[in-house]
Amino acid sequence: MTKTGNNEIYSTEEKALCLSGKGVTKVFGSGDKKCIAVNNVNFKFHEGEFVSIVGESGSGKTTLSKILLGLLNPTDGEIFFKGEPRDISSIKKRKEYWKGTQAIFQDPFSSFNIFNKIDTVLLDCLKMRGVKRSDKQEQVRLMTEACNFVNLKFAELTNKYPFELSGGQMQRLMIARIFLLKPKILIADEPTSMIDACSRATILDMLLKLREEIGMTIIFITHDIGLAYYISDSVYIMEHGKIVESGLADEVILNPKAAYTKRLINDVPKIHEAWDLDTV
Amino acid sequence: MTNTIKQIFHSPKFVVGFCIMAFILLSMIIYPLVNPGNPLEMIGLGSFQKPGTYVSLYDSIDSSSTIFKLPDAENNRISQKLKDEDRIAIMNWLIDYGVSESDINLSDTNSLLDLWWKNYDSSILVEGMTKAKRNYYMRLNKSLESAKRTEEYVVSHTDKELNELETVRTIENTDYVNIQDVANVKRLPLGTDNFGRDVLKELVSACGTSLRIGLIAGAIATLIGLTFGLLAGYVGGIVDDIIMFITNIFTVIPSFVLLLLISYSIGQDQRGASTIALVIGFTSWVWTARAVRAQVISLRKRDHVNLSKLSGHSLIRIIITDILPYIASYVVMAFILQISTAILAEAQLSMLGLGPKTTEVPTLGLMMNWSMLYAAHLNGSWWAYFPVLLTIALISFSLNLMNTGLDQVFNPTLRD
Amino acid sequence: MTTPMLEVKGLSTKYVTRFKENVYAVDNVSLSLEEGQSLGIAGESGCGKSTLALSLMGYYFPPLHYMKGDIIVDGKNISGLAPDEVRRSILGNEIAYIPQSAMNALNPTQKIINFIEDVIHAHNPDMSKMEIYQLAAERFETLGLSADVLKMHSVELSGGMKQRTVIAVSTILSPKVLIADEPSSALDVTSQKMVIKMFRELMDKGFIKSMIFITHELPLLYNVTDRIMVMYAGRIVESGTAEEMVFDPVHPYSKGLMNSIIVPESGVRDNKLTAIPGTPPNLKKPPSGCRFAARCRLATDECRKSEPKVQHFGSNRNYRCRLTEAQLREEHSND
Ligand SMILES: Nc1ncnc2c1ncn2[C@@H]1O[C@H](COP(=O)(O)OP(=O)(O)OP(=O)(O)O)[C@@H](O)[C@H]1O
Ligand SMILES: Nc1ncnc2c1ncn2[C@@H]1O[C@H](COP(=O)(O)OP(=O)(O)OP(=O)(O)O)[C@@H](O)[C@H]1O
Ligand SMILES: [Mg+2]
Ligand SMILES: [Mg+2]
Repeated sequence: MTKTGNNEIYSTEEKALCLSGKGVTKVFGSGDKKCIAVNNVNFKFHEGEFVSIVGESGSGKTTLSKILLGLLNPTDGEIFFKGEPRDISSIKKRKEYWKGTQAIFQDPFSSFNIFNKIDTVLLDCLKMRGVKRSDKQEQVRLMTEACNFVNLKFAELTNKYPFELSGGQMQRLMIARIFLLKPKILIADEPTSMIDACSRATILDMLLKLREEIGMTIIFITHDIGLAYYISDSVYIMEHGKIVESGLADEVILNPKAAYTKRLINDVPKIHEAWDLDTV
Repeated sequence: MTNTIKQIFHSPKFVVGFCIMAFILLSMIIYPLVNPGNPLEMIGLGSFQKPGTYVSLYDSIDSSSTIFKLPDAENNRISQKLKDEDRIAIMNWLIDYGVSESDINLSDTNSLLDLWWKNYDSSILVEGMTKAKRNYYMRLNKSLESAKRTEEYVVSHTDKELNELETVRTIENTDYVNIQDVANVKRLPLGTDNFGRDVLKELVSACGTSLRIGLIAGAIATLIGLTFGLLAGYVGGIVDDIIMFITNIFTVIPSFVLLLLISYSIGQDQRGASTIALVIGFTSWVWTARAVRAQVISLRKRDHVNLSKLSGHSLIRIIITDILPYIASYVVMAFILQISTAILAEAQLSMLGLGPKTTEVPTLGLMMNWSMLYAAHLNGSWWAYFPVLLTIALISFSLNLMNTGLDQVFNPTLRD
Repeated sequence: MTTPMLEVKGLSTKYVTRFKENVYAVDNVSLSLEEGQSLGIAGESGCGKSTLALSLMGYYFPPLHYMKGDIIVDGKNISGLAPDEVRRSILGNEIAYIPQSAMNALNPTQKIINFIEDVIHAHNPDMSKMEIYQLAAERFETLGLSADVLKMHSVELSGGMKQRTVIAVSTILSPKVLIADEPSSALDVTSQKMVIKMFRELMDKGFIKSMIFITHELPLLYNVTDRIMVMYAGRIVESGTAEEMVFDPVHPYSKGLMNSIIVPESGVRDNKLTAIPGTPPNLKKPPSGCRFAARCRLATDECRKSEPKVQHFGSNRNYRCRLTEAQLREEHSND
C-alpha cells in the first residue's frame, strides 16, 4: 500500500512554466446553434504540477483538454509551451509535440480501435519510443513491465481485442501506454469515470507513481471535486466554459470564494460534515 | 470476423436473398454448359414462337412409326382444334340459326359437334352476320372437318427425272413416332423472341451481362464515392468544400438525366456493355460519397482516431486502419445497393434505346427493349418479356434482401 | 418484535451462460430489513450487487437461476413462486425495483402516465384512467414533481428529472420494499442530491416502508442508509450500521474500501488512500476457502483452504473472516 496523500505546502513560484494559455476561447457552430464551449480562459501549468480542472457536465473540460492536446484549434487566444507560443502548424511539429504530450481519454470504450488487437496499441508506443521492430525480446520485456505497472497480466491480454476487456481494464491499459511513452505532459480526462469508487484509488495511485518516476505534469480533468482536492496541487474550477476560480487545492476547496465552487462542494456527500439536503 | 459471418448467415433475410442470388449465379454458370452456343443466334424464322418442344416434321416422316389405338385420340384431335372461343362462336351460330339455347351443352363436345354437323351449311345466310364472320365459320368448319377425317395422308416425293410423284409413305391417324427416334427436336422452354432467338438462352446470358454491368458500375461508384467521402470527411477544410461542391452539382442534376445525356453523346457504335457500366458508375457515386462523408465526420471525432494521431500515425494510415474498418460494413451494403440500382439503370437506359450496342450481347434491358419494340405485350407473347421482368425483380429483390439482412446485423438499433 | 419487511435467508443464485457455464454471483446471502430502515449495499464492480437486487425480488428468468434460500416479504415466503405469479402479486406493490439503467430504458414513444397505468393495471385492472391520473398527479405533487410531467415523454426530461420520475412511477403503489440499483451514479452532483432528497421524502411520507440502496459511492451510502453491507465476489463480507461501517470496519476488505473514500473535507489530504491490490476472482470458478484470500494482506494457508465462518459482535455486526475481531483491530492499528 502506498501513501498517496499530498499535504506538503505546495508552491509554484520556483517551478518553470510548462503550458499556459491566454484568452483561450472555443466556439462551436454559429448563429442559433452557437455554443461557447471554452470562454476566454487563462491558465498557467508548471512543470511537475498536478493540476485538476473541475466542472459540471458540459462545462467545457473535454474541449479545453483537446485544445491543450492540439487536437482542436482554439477560436481565439494563444497557448504557450514553456513560455514560447506553441507552434503545431505542420504535421512534423505536431508529431514532435505529441512525443511529449499524451492523453487518457474520457471514454475508454471509444478510445481503442476495436479492429486492432491490444498488442498493436502497445507496439505503437514502442515504435514511438524507437524500439526496433526486430527486437522481439525487448518488446515483450517492455510491454510486460508496463502491464505489471498497471496490475494487468500481459500474457492474458495478448491476442485479445479491446471490447473483451472491462472499462477499468481499458483505462489501465491507457495508463500502461503512458508508462511506455513517458511523456512530459499528461492530460487525463476523467480517467476514473468508468471505474467504481473502490478501484479508483488504484488508478490514482498509478498516476501519482508515474508523476514521481517521470516527473511529468499531469492535467487531471474530473467532475468530482473531492477527488480533485485529494490528488492535486492546484485546482481550476470551470463553469459554462469560464474559469471561475483557481488556485492551490487547499485554498480553493477549504475557502471557496466563487458561489459555483461553494455549490459544487456543498452538493457532494461528506462524511464528517453534515450533508445539507435542503439547499438544492 | 468469423463470428460476424456466422451472425450474417443467421439473419433469415440475408439467407433468403443469398439463396436467390446463388440460384441465379449457379444457373448462369450451369445452363451454358448444358446448352452451349451463341445466345444471339436467330434459330427461328418466325417471331415470338411459343414456348414448348418443337419436333422436326421432316425427320418424323423418316422415322419408323408404330400403331397405337388410343380411345380418346379423335377427341383430342378435335378439342385441339376447338378452342373455347370457337365453342362459343358455334353456340352463337346455332342460337342465331334457331336451335333453342336449352339444347346446347357447351362442355359436351360430342353433342355440340353433332348439332353443328346437323345444322351447318355454308350456304345458309344467317341474318345480320358480316362477311368476315361468315368466312370465319367456313374456316372453322373446314378445320373441324379435317380433324374428323379418318383417311390417311400420303407423303410423296417428287422424282425430278420422271417428273412424277413417288409415294414415300402413307400416314394413318393411328401412326405414332417415338420422339427419341426423331433426329431433330428443339425444346424452347421460353419460346423465341421477335428475331427467333431462344429466349431462355438469351435470358441466362443477359443475366450474366447485366450482373457484370452492375458489378462494374457498383464497384466504380463505390470506389469513387468512398474515396471522395473519406477525403471530404476526414481531411475537411478546402478539400471538403471542393468535393462537396462537385457532389452538389451531381446531386442537383438528376443522375438519370446525366446518364441519358452521356449515353446519347457517346453514340450507338461506341456503347458496349462495359462503356455503359462505366457511365452508370460515374453518375451514381454521389450518395455513397455523401453517406460515407457523414459517417467519417462522426468517426473522425472519436477518441480512437485521436489516440492514433497522438501515436504519430500518418493520415493514410489513420484512414486505412482507424476509419475504413468502421465503415466497411456500411460500404459493403452501399455496394450491394449500387449493384442493384445499376442493373435497374441499365434496364431503363436500354428501354429508351440508349443501352449497349444491340448486336454483341444481350442484357436484361435490351431484351425488354426488343420485346417492347416488337409489341410482345400487345400480341400476347408473354414469354418474351415476363421472364425478363421476373429476373430483374428477383435480382434486385435478392440484393435488397441481403442488404437489409446485413443492416440488421451491423446496425444494432435494428436488432430485435 | 415486529415482522421484518424483508427477510432473506441463505439465498444463492447463479447465471447459466450461453456456454452452459455457471456464474455463482450471489452466494448464501442473508439479510433482514425492518420497517423504516434503509440498507446500503456496497462493493466493487462485478461483485454481484445488481444480481443480488434481482434475486431479492424472487423474479427469476434465464440466464439467472434460483438455487436455494428463502425470501420472506412481510411474513410471506415468495422464494418458491413462479415468475408469472411474482410479477402479478409481488412486483410493484410489495417490492419495487429500479434497475441500474432504468432511466435510459424508458420507451420514448410513451407518455409518463402510460407507464403508471401499466404499473397500476398489473395489480388493479379495474381502476379507470381518470382515477389513475388523479392518484399519480397527487403523488407527483407531493414529491415535488409537477403534474405536467405526466403528460410528457421521457425524452423531454433532463437526466435528473428522468431518474426522479422513474422513482415516482415505480413507487406509485406504495411498496413495502424499494430496491434501487445505482440510482444516482450517472448523474451530476446536483441531480444526485435531488434524487437522494426524494428518497428521504418517500420514506418520511410513508410511501415506501423500507429501502435497499445499491451504489459504490460510500459517502453517499453513509448519508442515506442506516445499515451498510459490503459485498465481495457474491458474498456479504461485513455488515453493520453506516456509522460503524465507515468509521470502524473490521474485515480487511471493508477496511480497504473505507480507505478509498475521498471527500472534499479538510484533513482528507493527510489520509492514506489505500488501493487494494489485485483483481476480484472469477465467479465461474470461485476459489475455495475465503474468496478474498488472494488479495488479503493477512491471508494464511488456512484462509485459502477452509471457508471462514460468519462471526458476530456488538449489537448487530457480522463479518466473514477467520480472525477474531480483536485480532483484526490489532492488525489494522499496526498500519
Ligand atoms: N464538436 C462539437 N460541436 C458542437 N458542440 C460541442 C462539440 N463538442 C462539445 N460541444 C459542446 O461544448 C460544451 C462543452 O462540452 P465538453 O465535452 O467540453 O464538456 P465536458 O465538461 O467535458 O462535459 P462532461 O463532463 O460531460 O464530459 C457542451 O455544451 C457541448 O455540447
Ligand atoms: N447475464 C449474465 N450472464 C452471465 N454472467 C453474468 C450476467 N450478468 C452478470 N454476470 C456476471 O455476474 C457477476 C455479477 O454481476 P453484477 O452485474 O451483479 O455486478 P455488479 O456488482 O452490479 O457490478 P456493477 O457495479 O458493474 O453494476 C459478474 O461477474 C458478471 O460478469
Ligand atoms: Mg468531458
Ligand atoms: Mg450493477
